[in-house]
Amino acid sequence: MHPEHAHTAAEAVVLATSLLRWIPLLPLIGFGIGVFAASTNRRSIVHITGPGSVLLAFVVSVIAVSRLWTLPAGGAVVDNVFTWISVGMLHLDMTFRVDALTSVMILIITGIGFLIHLYSLGYMHEDADEARFFSYLNLFVASMLVLVLADSLPVVFIGWEGVGVCSYLLIGFWYQDMANADAGRKAMITNRIGDAAFLIGMFILVWAMHDLGAASLRFEDLNRMAPQLGAAAPHLVTAVCLLLLIGATGKSAQIPLYVWLPDAMAGPTPVSALIHAATMVTAGVYMIARLSPLYVLSPAALDVVATIGAVTALFAATMALVQNDLKKILAYSTISQIGYMVLGVGVGSFSGGVFHLMTHACFKALLFLGAGSVMHAMSGELDIHKMGNLKAKLPTTRWTFLVGCLAIAGVPPLAAFFSKDMILEAAFASGHVVLWFIGLTAAGMTAFYMFRAYFLAFEGESRVDHHTEHHLHESPPPMTIPLMVLAVLSIVAGWVGLPHGILWGDAWGHYLAPVLASHEAHEIAGSTVLLLTLVTTGVALGGIFLAYSFYLKSPGTADRIAERFHGIYVLLWNKYWIDELYDRLFITPYVIVSKFFWKVVDAMLIDGVVNGVGVAVGKTSDVWRRLESGNVQHYAAAMLIGAVVTCGVYWWLA
Amino acid sequence: MIAFYFIALLTLASALLVVLHRNPIYSALGLVNTLFLIAVSFVMLDAELIAMLQVIVYAGAIVILFLFVIMLLNVESEVRSARISKIGTAGLAFVLLFAVELAVFALVRDPSGAQELPAGFGSTELLAETLFSKGMLSFELTSLLLLVAVVGAVVMARRKVES
Amino acid sequence: MNVPVENYLVLAALIFAIGCAGVLTRRNFIVILMSVELMLNAVNLTFVALSRQLVSMDGQMIVFFVMTVAAAEVAVGLAIFLAIYSQRRTVNADEISLLRW
Repeated sequence: MHPEHAHTAAEAVVLATSLLRWIPLLPLIGFGIGVFAASTNRRSIVHITGPGSVLLAFVVSVIAVSRLWTLPAGGAVVDNVFTWISVGMLHLDMTFRVDALTSVMILIITGIGFLIHLYSLGYMHEDADEARFFSYLNLFVASMLVLVLADSLPVVFIGWEGVGVCSYLLIGFWYQDMANADAGRKAMITNRIGDAAFLIGMFILVWAMHDLGAASLRFEDLNRMAPQLGAAAPHLVTAVCLLLLIGATGKSAQIPLYVWLPDAMAGPTPVSALIHAATMVTAGVYMIARLSPLYVLSPAALDVVATIGAVTALFAATMALVQNDLKKILAYSTISQIGYMVLGVGVGSFSGGVFHLMTHACFKALLFLGAGSVMHAMSGELDIHKMGNLKAKLPTTRWTFLVGCLAIAGVPPLAAFFSKDMILEAAFASGHVVLWFIGLTAAGMTAFYMFRAYFLAFEGESRVDHHTEHHLHESPPPMTIPLMVLAVLSIVAGWVGLPHGILWGDAWGHYLAPVLASHEAHEIAGSTVLLLTLVTTGVALGGIFLAYSFYLKSPGTADRIAERFHGIYVLLWNKYWIDELYDRLFITPYVIVSKFFWKVVDAMLIDGVVNGVGVAVGKTSDVWRRLESGNVQHYAAAMLIGAVVTCGVYWWLA
Repeated sequence: MIAFYFIALLTLASALLVVLHRNPIYSALGLVNTLFLIAVSFVMLDAELIAMLQVIVYAGAIVILFLFVIMLLNVESEVRSARISKIGTAGLAFVLLFAVELAVFALVRDPSGAQELPAGFGSTELLAETLFSKGMLSFELTSLLLLVAVVGAVVMARRKVES
Repeated sequence: MNVPVENYLVLAALIFAIGCAGVLTRRNFIVILMSVELMLNAVNLTFVALSRQLVSMDGQMIVFFVMTVAAAEVAVGLAIFLAIYSQRRTVNADEISLLRW
């Protein structure tokens, strides 16, 4: 029986509309126009179609979400576009679906996506490949929208691979520089490892579902069947969850597959903001939240998720402490913040993870765009030791960047204060005190390294060389307007999820509750919550104060400490030699094996056989072709000989 | 019997003339002679209509066509090469072998038949009756073949030299 | 008139062999075509001889068709020869060997 008919009467209200297909289609059309513009070198078209298509998608998204809000809680807007695969028991539709979780994602993607497109108008203005840039960016938005609008895992995978390709294309956007192209390849290959695990997990899942009589990968069916699945094959569920987690670690840059993200900063800064901070890298968190009914069935897998998240949060934060490249700091910060989200979903606070995803999208996009603005002003210089006192020349950038730093540090009442708090609180409440402590430490480090960057870049003495200083200028309005909008968002975004009992309370959690699995909530006393909040805030303020005293009040303290703990400094500076370790452990053996297969198996064995056959046939033919003399009489003679022999044999036999 | 041997010898002699003479015109004349003599054999074999057709179609049409082409192109006598090629020699050996084989076939056959011929055997009437009953389809197809041959010949012969 | 049929068959075999030798050894394309005619006539002779031997008109009917085909063959063959001659100015079969290695 078709799974769709298996709905019970208690199923949520569903509104069917053909509106949703336009959400990914519009940026896709923008991509098509962009490709045309790039190949015919008509750059001015993309100035309109690039941001315009995303703006239209945003408008359609808003309409779709407002339709969703007219439905009772737990409702969904769906758009069945076409049947993709129908084979045997497996029936797969290309269906888009907006529910509470998706509504959050599409508004982030199209909203922040539009702001970043707008910013790119200013940022990429002088680049000759502007049209190519905008077409890639549009394609990315379309893929990301497919990813979050999908109502089944395979359709998610289309978007998943699509954003991977766009990430690759955009990291290596300035491919003339070999290092950029290498960074793109690194991202691609690292993601392939995760994607392979994702695929295998998906295969196991459809197999297990088939055994239960409903070979479907639709989220609706998965979530409905999850309890049966957990009862029938608990180990299988754990295996699927872990495999999908590996997929998520690849896309979301978590340990052990995080190595590509710092290198991904080779791409243009708007790309880093959109893809490698706000949207794509959070796909893993989205996916886990989406499959939360499955994940809650496997506490073991959830513990792994939480541990990976917490360790990544701390690990990446330590590396961010010593980086000098502004974008690299932000890259490690992104890894660390996604670690928080993963920690959040890992301890069962799925709404907390998605909450942090949303706030992070706002303030990290803001920080990246701010860094891009600085880079724009400094003619590409990103070393924070060569900046200083930029606040004089770049007031807008400075204020918005400061808001971003305060927001990420978790200063009340800015965005991350609420979202990070929610995650840490959930970690503490669910009994993961160690993970809570790790998270808390990372929170302190976050405040420290962000303000280290802020103080070194915008405050204090100017260390800018004269030539650059001469050119210092505030960015044009297309770049500053998105900064200001994002700054406002970074302040207010957290207000939708206040702690329990204050004003409207946790409206966020209530909104998402119908689509996320409810983990048994550990109620903790209000006084404990208050205490936890105070501790977190205190740690954040402490981090800011440390950064202030190290870098602004008495410059040089940082160097003395680095001298004192030279070993740790070197370890951090070299990023724990993880790249080198991977190089020795995986890449070198792989290259050796590949060389063997290339030089010996392919070049000698296979080519030898193939060429040998060719040469043998050629030589033989060279002999036999002499028979074809072209002379009719020779052929006639051959016929005669044949006749004689045939008659002779006949006679001899008769 | 003697008449047969006489005719047979003349036939073979003219056939050899066709193959051996260097001048194509003599060859053509030898061919016409051979065809006449075979027509005589046909008469001796009670196939009067076939003999008639042999004279009309072969001698009257085909050989004239040969002669016409020879005259048209002004073909010269063949320059005989000093020695026959290896393939030619081998071919001749096989030709000899083939002739022996065929002759042996003919001779070792069990001689059966030799019945009395019915009246009118080989007559136009009887041949026509066979042709339009048993050979109807073949007959019609033959007309088609001739049409194709006519068109093909015209196309081939009228082809312009492309240079 | 009671010549045994074997005599005619041997005569036909000899004419056929002579035609064969002509096809194989002569260089002149026209003479080769004539030799082919000889071979066809040898076959016609056997048909007619056996037709009489077996008291059946079928053999003579076949001869009728063979003649038609022979006429068509000569017409087309000579036309091809004319076309080749106008291109290559030769009547020799061994010089017309385009279809070779």
